[in-house]
Amino acid sequence: MVDVASTGMNHRPATGSQRSAWAKLSTSSGWLGFWYMVPAAGILILFLAYPLFLGVWMSFTDTRIGRPGEFVGLENYEWLQDDTVFWLSVFNTLLYTVVASGAKFVIGLYLALLMNHHLPFRSLIRALVLIPFIVPTVLSAIAFWWIFDSQYSIISWSLMKMGLITENINFLGDPNLARACVIFANIWRGVPFIAITLLAGLQTVSPSLYEAATLDGATRWQLFRYVTYPLLTPIIAIVMTFSVLFTFTDFQLIWAMTRGGPVNSTHLMATLSYQRAILSGHLGEGAAIATAMIPFLLAAIMFSWFGLQQRKWQHGGSND
Amino acid sequence: MASVEIRDVRKAYGSTRVIHGVDVDIADGEFVILVGPSGCGKSTLLRMIAGLENISGGEIRIGDRVVNDVPPKERDIAMVFQNYALYPHMTVADNMAFSMKLRKADKAEIESRIDRAAGILGLKPLLDRFPRQLSGGQRQRVAMGRAIVRDPQVFLFDEPLSNLDAKLRVQMRTEIKELHQRLKTTTVYVTHDQIEAMTMADKIVVMHDGIVEQIGSPLELYDRPGNRFVAGFIGSPSMNFLDGRISGDGFETDGGLRLPLATAPAGSEGKPAVYGLRPEHIALDPAGIPVTVKVIEPTGSETQVFADAAGQQVVCVFRERITAKPGETIHISANPRLIHLFDPQEGSRLTH
Ligand SMILES: Nc1ncnc2c1ncn2[C@@H]1O[C@H](COP(=O)(O)OP(=O)(O)OP(=O)(O)O)[C@@H](O)[C@H]1O
Ligand SMILES: [Mg+2]
Repeated sequence: MVDVASTGMNHRPATGSQRSAWAKLSTSSGWLGFWYMVPAAGILILFLAYPLFLGVWMSFTDTRIGRPGEFVGLENYEWLQDDTVFWLSVFNTLLYTVVASGAKFVIGLYLALLMNHHLPFRSLIRALVLIPFIVPTVLSAIAFWWIFDSQYSIISWSLMKMGLITENINFLGDPNLARACVIFANIWRGVPFIAITLLAGLQTVSPSLYEAATLDGATRWQLFRYVTYPLLTPIIAIVMTFSVLFTFTDFQLIWAMTRGGPVNSTHLMATLSYQRAILSGHLGEGAAIATAMIPFLLAAIMFSWFGLQQRKWQHGGSND
Repeated sequence: MASVEIRDVRKAYGSTRVIHGVDVDIADGEFVILVGPSGCGKSTLLRMIAGLENISGGEIRIGDRVVNDVPPKERDIAMVFQNYALYPHMTVADNMAFSMKLRKADKAEIESRIDRAAGILGLKPLLDRFPRQLSGGQRQRVAMGRAIVRDPQVFLFDEPLSNLDAKLRVQMRTEIKELHQRLKTTTVYVTHDQIEAMTMADKIVVMHDGIVEQIGSPLELYDRPGNRFVAGFIGSPSMNFLDGRISGDGFETDGGLRLPLATAPAGSEGKPAVYGLRPEHIALDPAGIPVTVKVIEPTGSETQVFADAAGQQVVCVFRERITAKPGETIHISANPRLIHLFDPQEGSRLTH
């Protein structure tokens, strides 16, 4: 006891000033905030920023698998500019994204509105709608691959049995048919996410608003147009941003169903990048294709960012 | 404006019957309040008038038209909801204009009607705001404004004041009353607050468990409640009920206290009865019955005393200050002409 007390006495001036410096640091909310952010920032840098940076850097080199590359400036991009397959993949990606996202939105919204009504077997229908979402993508892609198989397609088989066609349809062998098929598969897979999210949004709309509008004389269409739709726009903006991002970067479905064929007609930028970088070993060129997706994704994000910006009615505060 | 007739109306949700045959006549321009404890079916009845619930049996007329199968928008009624149900994405002006825009009224008419309603309700400075930017009382007024611009045959209100604080509630009460005197539109108003009912109504409909217990003007219900339920429901604090029997020209409680009666009902000698006595009709009287004070609650203007009258609780309200302490005995009496006798089983009124 005595020892402790005397040591404490001896060192008091030193510890006192140290403690006050430490106390200042640890109670300063700026520093505290910094320390709290370190782990999250570390994870983000390690797993997001670093690979992104590495990818972009690689696109400026002629790295191949097994051979460290050298800086070549914009050479990869100059190559891509004259590469018709690359431009075809850009076209395919845009077509795929626009058609599939549009269709997913319309069908998803329709299903959400339907499920929001008092249907018989409502919970059963909700469960059914979720199935495509639960099945792993690769599994559903393989199922579609069978459905659209040139020999064993169940569609061809049924149509033949009904006598509507005389020979098998070569679903994945014809460029435009193949595009339609992968888009169909993507829609099938993506609708549940949109339907369920929009349903959640619909359920936040107070039923008394519909009652008030009904008494105000609104028809069913007007209820949707003037009450449901405006109240749903914030959620629509979020869900469509995600949908566009996921569709634009889709890889699994295409790779499992067509590998980009026939004659590159279903190659998306993601699949082409993978093929060039990993299968052909031209890491630099693959990285350049992947990097070329960034401006498109940024544009999509900006678009929804402005779409997402809180509308005036959503926040209280000043009346500007 | 129109009268509303409710004839033997019933409502069942599947096999759960919630309204068992209700008859109410509402005259043109009348302010009628449906009042009753929670779950008695007030909102259901109101929503059936509005057309938001279909009618399981009976008939509702608005004006001279049976509206059972008329869709809500053709009934020409306007409703103010408990949560106001303002469209959050529309400004105050758009909220009020919505119904007129839907029926494609011309711009000048819309504007003049909004202007008039906003003038009546003091909403002019708020027309460009969104509901989020309004206080509870202002939202309440916008909800009324939305009803007023419609210029409907009937106004329906479902507990419009229950989300407001006590002071604002009193203020809005007056405003709604004034509004009615000004517009003279037939109004059906639902509340579970009997003070609101007493102060605002031309006519009160007391409901209980899906039936109508009594219909009458506020003072009729106060002075001559038709049964024990109405007697206990109307008036605050509620009426005291003492169990006992009629004996001679008076009433003897189960604890043996003798209370006076103006006139005993004929042929009731010795029969059990319930003696109903309003707290505010009790006075201190050295010649009265002795009761033991249990709790004293002074409110300034008056004093509430909870006392024990030979085993039964009695609540008294005195205008004067009370000096007695808990545990002491005070003597009280009441004017025998202001008491009510009820049947102990059926609760029906025994006195004239
Ligand atoms: N959709 C429904 N299905 C089954 N029962 C219902 C339904 N709506 C209401 N009820 C029942 O009907 C009865 C009357 O309900 P109502 O809403 O009219 O009560 P209320 O008098 O307005 O009560 P409160 O003062 O609490 O608003 C209640 O017992 C309620 O449980
Ligand atoms: Mg109610």
